[in-house]
Amino acid sequence: MDSFLIITSLLKIVGILFVVILPMVSYAVYAERKVSAAIQDRLGPNRVGPAGLFQPIADMLKLLLKEDFTPRTANTFYYWLAPCLAVMPAIITIAVVPFGSTLLGVPMVIADVNIGILFVFAIASLGVYGIVLAGWASNSKYPFLGGIRSSSQMISYELSLGLAVIPVFLLVGSLRLTSVVQYQIEHGWFIAPFVGDWLNPWKWLLAVPMIISFVVFVIAIFAETNRLPFDLPEAEQELAGGYHTEYSSMKFALFFLGEYAAMITGSAIIATLFFGGWHFPGIPDGSHGWIFGLINIAVFFAKVAALIFVFMWVRWTLPRFRYDQLMRLGWLFFFEIALVNIFIVAAILAYLPNK
Amino acid sequence: MSPFLFWFFALMMLVFGIAVVVNRNPVASALSLVVSFLGLAALFVSLDAYFIGIIQVLVYAGAVMVLFLFIIMLLGLRAEARRQINWLASAGAIAVALALVLQIFYVVGHFKSAGQRFPPLARPMTDDVRNIGALLFSNYNLPFQIIGVLVLVATIGVILLSRREPR
Repeated sequence: MDSFLIITSLLKIVGILFVVILPMVSYAVYAERKVSAAIQDRLGPNRVGPAGLFQPIADMLKLLLKEDFTPRTANTFYYWLAPCLAVMPAIITIAVVPFGSTLLGVPMVIADVNIGILFVFAIASLGVYGIVLAGWASNSKYPFLGGIRSSSQMISYELSLGLAVIPVFLLVGSLRLTSVVQYQIEHGWFIAPFVGDWLNPWKWLLAVPMIISFVVFVIAIFAETNRLPFDLPEAEQELAGGYHTEYSSMKFALFFLGEYAAMITGSAIIATLFFGGWHFPGIPDGSHGWIFGLINIAVFFAKVAALIFVFMWVRWTLPRFRYDQLMRLGWLFFFEIALVNIFIVAAILAYLPNK
Repeated sequence: MSPFLFWFFALMMLVFGIAVVVNRNPVASALSLVVSFLGLAALFVSLDAYFIGIIQVLVYAGAVMVLFLFIIMLLGLRAEARRQINWLASAGAIAVALALVLQIFYVVGHFKSAGQRFPPLARPMTDDVRNIGALLFSNYNLPFQIIGVLVLVATIGVILLSRREPR
C-alpha cells in the first residue's frame, strides 16, 4: 500500500461524500418540493433565502431541534440501530461507481473492483435490514406491517434487478463498472447501441433487448428504493407512516436521508450502465487536461440529476399500485421478461459479426 | 494482506459467532450471524478473492439471513428468550466442538507440507470471476448441471407444498 493511493482515496471519499452526495441529498428534498409544486401548480418553498434556496438548512435545523421520542415498548438498541442501517448501504454503494474519468492522472472512482455490479447488489440487499429492524423494534402494529411489506417487496424486485442487467454484462464481458463505461465510449451507449455504427443491422436489433433491459431495470430500481408508484411500505392511507411511524426528530431524518441517498445511488447506477457514465459525445477524457476531468465529473452528475428529476416526475404523476398488483407485476411479469431478454441477447451475440 | 486487518476481522467473526450461540434473543442471534458473515467476506476480500467475498454477502447476509429474520419476527419467539439453559446439553456441545478443533489440529499437524511457507500470491491477480466461470463450464460442468437439477427439484417441491388444493 503506497501512501499516495491512501491519500487520494481518502480525498475522493471525503470529497464525494461531503461535497457531492450529502448536499445533493438535501437539495434533492428541496427539488422534490419544487417539482411537486410545479406539477401541482403551486409555488413551493420560497421564503428562506432567494427562491427558498436555504430551505434544506432550515429543514435540518427543525428536525434536529424536535423532541427525540422513543416509545416505551420499543426495543431500544435495535430501535437506534435501524436508522443507521437505513442510510449506510446507499452511501457505501457509491464506492464502486466511476463518477469521472481521471483528474490529474487519478482515476475518479473510489474502488475499481472487478465485481463492481455484484458489490452494488450485495450492499443494496443489506438495506432491507434497516427497514425490517425499524418495523420490528418499534413494537407496534403498523410499522411492523410496513417493514414486512417493504422487505418482501425488496426481495422480490432484487431478482428482476439482477437479471435485467445481465445483457449489459454479456456485451461488456466484465463486471467492472469502469469497463462498462469504457465499452460504451467505444461502442455507443447501451440505451442506443447503434450510435456510431449506423449501418450495422445487428446493432439495431440489439437495441430492442437493451431498451427492454433498461425499462425493467429502472422499474425495479423504483421498487427497490421504495419510491412511488411502489412506496407501499409507507402507504399513508393504509399504514400511517409505515416502518418509520414511531420515529421522530433526527432518527426520522435519517430514514428520509437514506431514501434520497438510495435514489441518488440508483440514478448513478442507471447513468453508468445505460447512459455512458461520465461520457458525452465530443468531450475528451481527463487525460487531455484537468479541465476536461472536471467537465466529465460535471457531465456524470448532470445525468444523475436528470434521472432524479424523472424519479420525482413519476412520483407526482402516477398513482400507487395495490400490494398484490405489485407482487404479481414483479414475479409474473418483470422476472420472466428479464429472463427471456437474457436469452435474446445471448442469441444475438452468438450471431453478431465482430461484436 | 496486513496482519492487523486479518486479526481484526477474524476476531470480529469469532466474537459474533459466539454471540450467535450465547444470545437469548433470536433476533440478536440472527443479526450477530450477519456480522460474522460480513467478517468472513472481509477476510476473503483481503485475500483478493473479491468474487467469493461478495457472494458471501449477497447470498448469506443479503438473502438467506433476511428470510431467517423474517421467520423469526413473524413467529414472535418470546418463549425462546425465557427458556432455561440445559447445562448438560451445553457441556456436550462444547465437548464436541473441542474434539473437532483437536482433530483439525491433529490432521493439519500431520500433513506433509505442514509448517512450510507457501510463496505469496502473485499480484495483480487475474480476473477471478472469469476464472470461476470458465472452470464451472469446462472442468466442473457435470457437477454444475447436477446442482442445477437439484435446485430445480427443490423449487418444484416448494411450489407443490405451498400450493393450495383447488376446491
